[in-house]
Amino acid sequence: MKAKKRQFLEENTSLSLNQESLFPSKGKLDVDDEDSSDESVVESSDEEVLEKETEAKSAQTIEKPYSSDVDDDVSDDEDLRNTVGNIPMEWYENFPHIGYDLDGRTISKPIRNQDELDKFLDKMENKNYWRTVHDKQTGRDHVLTSEELQLIQRLKKGSFYTSGIDPHEPYVDFFTHEKMIHPVTNIPEHKRSFTPSIIEKRKVGKLVHAIKMGWLKPRKPKTDESEEPKFYDLWEETESKTPTNSELARQKMAIPAPKTQLPGHEASYNPPPEYLPSQEEIDKWKEDDEDERKLDFIPEKFDSLRQVPQYPTFIQERFSRCLDLYLCPRQRKMKVMVNPEELIPNLPKPKDLQPFPTFQALCYKGHKAMVRTISVDSTGQWLASGSDDGIIRVWEVATSRCLREITTLGDQPVKCVSWCPNKSVCLLAVALENKIVIINPSIGDKLIYSATDSLLQSFQPLADEETTNKQESEKSNAVIPPWKTVETGLPYQDGQRLVITHPKDVSKVTWHAKGDYLACVVPGNGHAQVFLHQLTKQRSQTPFTKCKGAVQSVLFHPTRPFLFVATQQYVRVYNLVKQQLTKKLMANSKWISSLAIHPGGDNLLVGSYDCRLSWFDMDLSTKPYKTMRYHKRAIRSCCYHPKYPLFASGGDDGNVVVSHGMVYSDLMQNPLIVPVKVLKGHKVERNLGVLDCCFHPHQPWIFSSAADKTIRLFT
Amino acid sequence: MGKIKKKYEAGAATQYISRKQACRKLQLSLADFRRLCILKGIYPHEPVHKKRVNKGSTTNKTFYFLKDIQFLLHEPVINKFREYKIYVRRLKKAEARLEKGIANHIRENKPTYRIDHIVRERYPNFIDAVRDLDDALCMCFLFATLPKSGRLHIQTIDLCRKLTVEFMHYVIATRSLRKVFVSIKGFYFQAEVMSQPVTWIIPHSFPHNHPTDVDFRVMSTFTEFYTAMLGFVLYKLYQTQNLHYPPRIPLLSNVNVTLNDDNKKRKRKEEIQSLCDENEKSLEVVASLNMPLAQFQDANDQEEDAAADEEVQDLLKEGLTETQEEDQKKSEDEIKQRKLFEGCKMFLSREVPREAMVFIIRSFGGEVSWDITAGLGSTFSIDDEKITHQIVDRPMNEKPYISRYYVQPQWIFDSVNAKMQLPVKGYLPGDVLPPHLSPFVNEENGAYVPPERQKVIALQRGEDPGINADEDELSEEDESEEEQEEEDGEGDEENVEENIDEENESPVVAITPGKKDVDRKLNPDQIAAEEKRLAVMMIPKKQRRLYEKIKYGERRKKREAEQLTQKRKAIDDEKKATRKKEKRRKRAA
Repeated sequence: MKAKKRQFLEENTSLSLNQESLFPSKGKLDVDDEDSSDESVVESSDEEVLEKETEAKSAQTIEKPYSSDVDDDVSDDEDLRNTVGNIPMEWYENFPHIGYDLDGRTISKPIRNQDELDKFLDKMENKNYWRTVHDKQTGRDHVLTSEELQLIQRLKKGSFYTSGIDPHEPYVDFFTHEKMIHPVTNIPEHKRSFTPSIIEKRKVGKLVHAIKMGWLKPRKPKTDESEEPKFYDLWEETESKTPTNSELARQKMAIPAPKTQLPGHEASYNPPPEYLPSQEEIDKWKEDDEDERKLDFIPEKFDSLRQVPQYPTFIQERFSRCLDLYLCPRQRKMKVMVNPEELIPNLPKPKDLQPFPTFQALCYKGHKAMVRTISVDSTGQWLASGSDDGIIRVWEVATSRCLREITTLGDQPVKCVSWCPNKSVCLLAVALENKIVIINPSIGDKLIYSATDSLLQSFQPLADEETTNKQESEKSNAVIPPWKTVETGLPYQDGQRLVITHPKDVSKVTWHAKGDYLACVVPGNGHAQVFLHQLTKQRSQTPFTKCKGAVQSVLFHPTRPFLFVATQQYVRVYNLVKQQLTKKLMANSKWISSLAIHPGGDNLLVGSYDCRLSWFDMDLSTKPYKTMRYHKRAIRSCCYHPKYPLFASGGDDGNVVVSHGMVYSDLMQNPLIVPVKVLKGHKVERNLGVLDCCFHPHQPWIFSSAADKTIRLFT
Repeated sequence: MGKIKKKYEAGAATQYISRKQACRKLQLSLADFRRLCILKGIYPHEPVHKKRVNKGSTTNKTFYFLKDIQFLLHEPVINKFREYKIYVRRLKKAEARLEKGIANHIRENKPTYRIDHIVRERYPNFIDAVRDLDDALCMCFLFATLPKSGRLHIQTIDLCRKLTVEFMHYVIATRSLRKVFVSIKGFYFQAEVMSQPVTWIIPHSFPHNHPTDVDFRVMSTFTEFYTAMLGFVLYKLYQTQNLHYPPRIPLLSNVNVTLNDDNKKRKRKEEIQSLCDENEKSLEVVASLNMPLAQFQDANDQEEDAAADEEVQDLLKEGLTETQEEDQKKSEDEIKQRKLFEGCKMFLSREVPREAMVFIIRSFGGEVSWDITAGLGSTFSIDDEKITHQIVDRPMNEKPYISRYYVQPQWIFDSVNAKMQLPVKGYLPGDVLPPHLSPFVNEENGAYVPPERQKVIALQRGEDPGINADEDELSEEDESEEEQEEEDGEGDEENVEENIDEENESPVVAITPGKKDVDRKLNPDQIAAEEKRLAVMMIPKKQRRLYEKIKYGERRKKREAEQLTQKRKAIDDEKKATRKKEKRRKRAA
């Protein structure tokens, strides 16, 4: 062991020596490196020579220490050592010297005046040319020794600088596990190596304290089972436990998530061919937004199960379901499970409510403009109609023959015609332009119409009445329309008897049931929109000093002294005797078009331009008892049958709807309203359909006039 | 003077809380809040007056019931969430400091939590949980097919797989499968669990392409809850059926005994055995769905079952009222359906989706096997003489066994939905399959019923419409039509001649009796229709809306059905025409 160690020490020392000897040569080696480019050629060519030499000298080197050689070189060059340092020597090109020696004296450049020829000759002749290098720092040539060459070779190869080193020497175990007698070092041990550490003590103390306090717990033993959830009977106690109130409330409030929709035939991998979309449908599907699509996939057909691929958005669909479950607000929605047939009210069958008009029996043709108004006389034999070209025709109901044509009224549209309800006179009131014309059409019983004429002629105006008239007119600041008697000429022959002229156009005229009073509407005439005329006294009056809203229609109560005045939204009922407002009916419509009163006098029918037909039971309420929407378009007229429990309405959709409207004498029972027939036949022209309709006075027949220039009778 | 009432201090504004407020109140991050909501089943509510709730602002916010959030405040899981947050922070710190020991120690003390109490709370009764099984099953079946690629916890996927297999075993054991449907999305199944319909979908057995627009954290939170819930439900379900939970196969060795026919197979078996250890193998065998499960008391129960069945039969015979009779018929049908494939021995080819098919066949009492190399659990080999059906999904020319039917897999699905074994004709390998129809479609109220479905209904009634006879009929019809056409052609010429003769005669001037303008007598249908129209006019406004809506819906349905029938008719006509043409061409050739 000792021997081994010694050997190592010796080698180590020799190594160090070698190193020392090597270092001085280092500078030179650097130089060599610089010129190695020159030498590379040399080396390749003269490798063999070099090898031989090295072989020859290898023995020498071992015997003769290499260092001594180097030392010689150093001593030779010592006086020439340049002190300029590692600088580019070009800087000294223009100087006579190349640097300074250790004493500070200049080192003059060696005289070298070799030209190219000399160089060439040198190259040819000099044996050592290949191993001569130029040292720029000293400015001299240096012939490399064979050792130096060898060194260069080794370094290039990357091996050790000398061949004497064996890299794979057997390992010498110096610091063996066997205890040696003598210590390696003789330093006495430090105190801290045998006194306990205070820091450690403190740390341990802390841990002990933590354990005592229960802060530090022993590590849990590793268990595999803990990772897998264990299942047990979770609902074992549910039956025995009664839930608390809050739990119950929570259960009650919870809305279970709706289930996903189940797939239909179109989702099949092999759907029936009718479920497969055409190319257009596929394109449309692709263009549509995702929300608009009816299906979230395109139906596809595969010939066999093995060809069905994975659905590409399967995970996305599940994910969107997850999002729905936790992000979507939920709401309880009551779904109506009702049979639509149950919603239809159970009404008596129309068959049981006969008679009522069912078919068109006659068509009265002859008018050349739309027939705005019709009226049947109280006997039910004659029908008067007025058209937009100012012509009034009187027809025989049964034969549809036109018996009279009154053409002398001008060419302004006839707004309203109305037979006098008094059976002992034969008079027709006609409203057109700003006048009301009382016409005796001289039709029917000759006794009656001649008596009518004589009755009109027998009238003697009283002076005092005129004055009172004037006074009244002064009082009310309204113009009392003048009465004018037509006595001769064409108009008289045509039947005109009296003309009442109003300040503005008259839109509506109605008779009182007894046939003496006339009421007319003059819209746009300020407060005096309603005029009352008395035929026997040939006297007029304006009952209202004020008028709220535009009056649409007026109507007399059949038995009692009431006057119904319809403005756009309300129907006001005035007591003419007491001269006060008794009732105000709200029609719940935007614009009233027509009024009709039940012959009993307690029920009122109001038609409006917003398609509503309202039935008022005036004993019941001021609001409609029933509102009916029979028509798709505006209602133009409505009427009651004087005998039968029937009423009808005609509208711009060209239909006349006949309904059964039974009013019971028992006040506790509400009227029964059943639509019984929709009468079609009139054409719609210029968006206008049926303009007027009225019932026959004692037959279940209805007449209707329309914008298609015809009048039709339905029986 | 009273105190001035401030706005938004009463009423709706105090009953709702926005999501952000809720997070702050619970001191949770949004992600944790989301997890909590998913686990606890809390969902937002849409206030009636959003602006009022939002205190006058119209910004779009999600609102929760304040009471819901107050309810969440007491949830012990919240503390676990906080612990987990700390755990992650500590672990990160330790890892960043390269303190391996400390990091391991922290990792070992990872906080875990259980959500049993939440399951219990959300489903106070067992039947509630069964009712809500749809989503849970869909999710678990999806997760069971996801790749174990590190995106999700492998344990979760394994657990999902285990639970789904257990559920399928339950369905097989109780024979409660009712409807099956192959859609382009996957296989739909509907079972009746505790007399509740439970529907789920299994994706087709191909790998999914991993989506980028899906937040798997949300999905896995849902799965976390669903696995817990499904586990507890399964435990209870197994208990009701006297089955061991987790499921056990009674004699595992039996599986292999049958296979020891010849040496080759034994070798193969050994190879398989060597591939996986004993534990894995048992799991695989359970997953093959091909073994009955072990019960607590086998013999007694079977007897009881038989007795119960008899009782049911007796009860059925005693039927009293009409409704009972209907019920009886229904249950009779059900019992019949349960035994649909009893006595059938089916063999699956490799290309057939095995799990779904085994599940269906076994749920209806059939025996099933497959090639031993295709997977564990096969019970008999292809050369078994007793095999009645072989399911093949590939055109094959030669049929080596005459004793068995070779059918395509759709036959199984269609038979299950028809509740009877359909004729095999039309489902043979290489045949053009009849369309596969959805059993979930409600065919009432004039909905469109495809002709194939009508045929099946006729079959169920016991009539024989001749499923594939239509082709023959068609051909016969074609022939007769052609003949007719030929005859017509001859006849036409004569007719033309006659017509020409008639035209040549000079017209006779005559007075004919006129017609009435209006036909006054309406037929009763017209009268009834008019009566109805008039009555409809009298529906009050409130109900008229509803009436019109219902009628609109009906009309739309009718229109759609009409469209489908038209389309089908056009397709059929086209088919007929092409067939005719081909026939003619053949004849000409």
